[in-house]
Amino acid sequence: MSATTTPAPAGAASGSVGGVFEPVMIGFTCNWCSYRAADLAGTARIKYPPNVRLVRLMCSGRLDPAFVLKAFAGGADGVMVSGCWPGECHYIEQNIKALRRFILLRRVIEAMGIEPTRLQLVWASAAEGQRFAHEVGRIVEEVRALGPLNWGRDGAQRHESIAAVSAAGPAAVSAAAVPAAALPAGVPAEVRA
Amino acid sequence: MSGNGKHRFAMYWAASCGGCDIAVLNLHEKIAEVAEAFDIVFWPCAMDTKYADVEALPDGSIDLTFFSGSIRNDENLHLAKLLRRTSKILVAFGSCASEGCIPGLANFSTVEDMLTTAFETPSTENPGHIRPMPRWAAPEGEIHIPTLAPFVRTLGQVVDIDYTMPGCPPESARIAEVVDLAIAAFAGRAQLPPKGSIIGAGTSTVCDQCARQRDVKKIAAFTRIQATAYLDPALCLLEQGIPCSGPATRDGCGALCPAAGAPCIGCYGPSDGVVDQGARLLSAFSSVIDAREPADIERILDGLPDPLGTFYRFGLARSILRASRPAFAGNGIEPPAIARAPEPARAGAAGGTDR
Repeated sequence: MSATTTPAPAGAASGSVGGVFEPVMIGFTCNWCSYRAADLAGTARIKYPPNVRLVRLMCSGRLDPAFVLKAFAGGADGVMVSGCWPGECHYIEQNIKALRRFILLRRVIEAMGIEPTRLQLVWASAAEGQRFAHEVGRIVEEVRALGPLNWGRDGAQRHESIAAVSAAGPAAVSAAAVPAAALPAGVPAEVRA
Repeated sequence: MSGNGKHRFAMYWAASCGGCDIAVLNLHEKIAEVAEAFDIVFWPCAMDTKYADVEALPDGSIDLTFFSGSIRNDENLHLAKLLRRTSKILVAFGSCASEGCIPGLANFSTVEDMLTTAFETPSTENPGHIRPMPRWAAPEGEIHIPTLAPFVRTLGQVVDIDYTMPGCPPESARIAEVVDLAIAAFAGRAQLPPKGSIIGAGTSTVCDQCARQRDVKKIAAFTRIQATAYLDPALCLLEQGIPCSGPATRDGCGALCPAAGAPCIGCYGPSDGVVDQGARLLSAFSSVIDAREPADIERILDGLPDPLGTFYRFGLARSILRASRPAFAGNGIEPPAIARAPEPARAGAAGGTDR
């Protein structure tokens, strides 16, 4: 483990294009329905926002919750999980497992301070290219409205600056790392000064 | 090595409860072997030593250091760097140093929230609203206490570590194994494991060591152990609706808690191949829920009053997300907003992040 492990975004960082915030979305699709739906949307030349990067899994039940957390920590602003409609799963009912994980994962990310809207579940059959494209468009707009997630970047930078000051020695820490304005109210004036 | 031919040993506690030190002292008569084999140069819990003594040591002059505790403030960070410099082998000892443990739960809130809870709640007598001051101009001169970092980090997140020894605290029998190995390796009678290894623990899960029977794979409701009148002593606790962290937790303890009728709380950290203990537990729990409809699933999940605290009780600081969004943002510092073009068609879409 490196000495300065930070959840810094990998390649996919959200950014602004021409001053407009463009969210980065990761979309997990299943091999048998929702990926085919995305494929159909492509062959039928249905337009949908290019913000989503699709990852094909064999089944939505293959989705480890860690994939979603890694996407957020790595710079994604939203994550879409998609699979076959209930009752139509190629692996009988693994999409129901995905549904249960999704509901619990949404509770967890909400408690971590990530808006639940940033994680969405979409059922789409192989024939529903139109629906798939429409849902991607809807989710991208909802995430755009929330703004960038910027997971951990600000906090990590702040932390590294504290580490740099600490390396200069204990005396430098107390003098430099704590600007007077950051001291809580009620601090006597001579300490603030 | 010291002048008397003994190898040098150090142990330090950063943000921790001291339980790891007690676990080492719990070696009982074996502690005499430690004193026999090692020159103990620094161990604040057990003997009077000063930071200045360690600061004066040349690089790599301590042969083995057990570092327990997480990195909560700049004093912890200073000692982590100091002991890294002066130690040949630095072991992240115990759950706090290796994955954040209970101090890491503070990563759910901001430093300000934490201080408010500690100093301003109704159960606290603090009429002057006194808070800890990083520096204070006393009549004798300015005095300092360590400053809190915005969130807790593990030892491995601030310095390079050689080994990780999990457990809250590590079981004394496993500590004895590690001490024996170190003594044998220093004497040239054994080979140390490769750098980065997890020592004093197994590679599988607590479930693998648990003697309880697992039959059904479906549960209709979660419950709390204090709310149950009767628990089958031979049946898997998770199957009886008790949230048990065994499925994602590394073995090494001998499954002591489930054997005693209490659920595993996950203190040995993620098992081999698990990146995020909480995510794996989340996955395991939701797999066994016996419901197909969202409303039924929600109802069963309501039986887990604190999913975050259940899944990330020990592993939050080393998890993928590491800290909650407010903790990352520090004390009221918001992530920088990216300018957006005015779009009247999307009313309500403008403005900062939705908090």
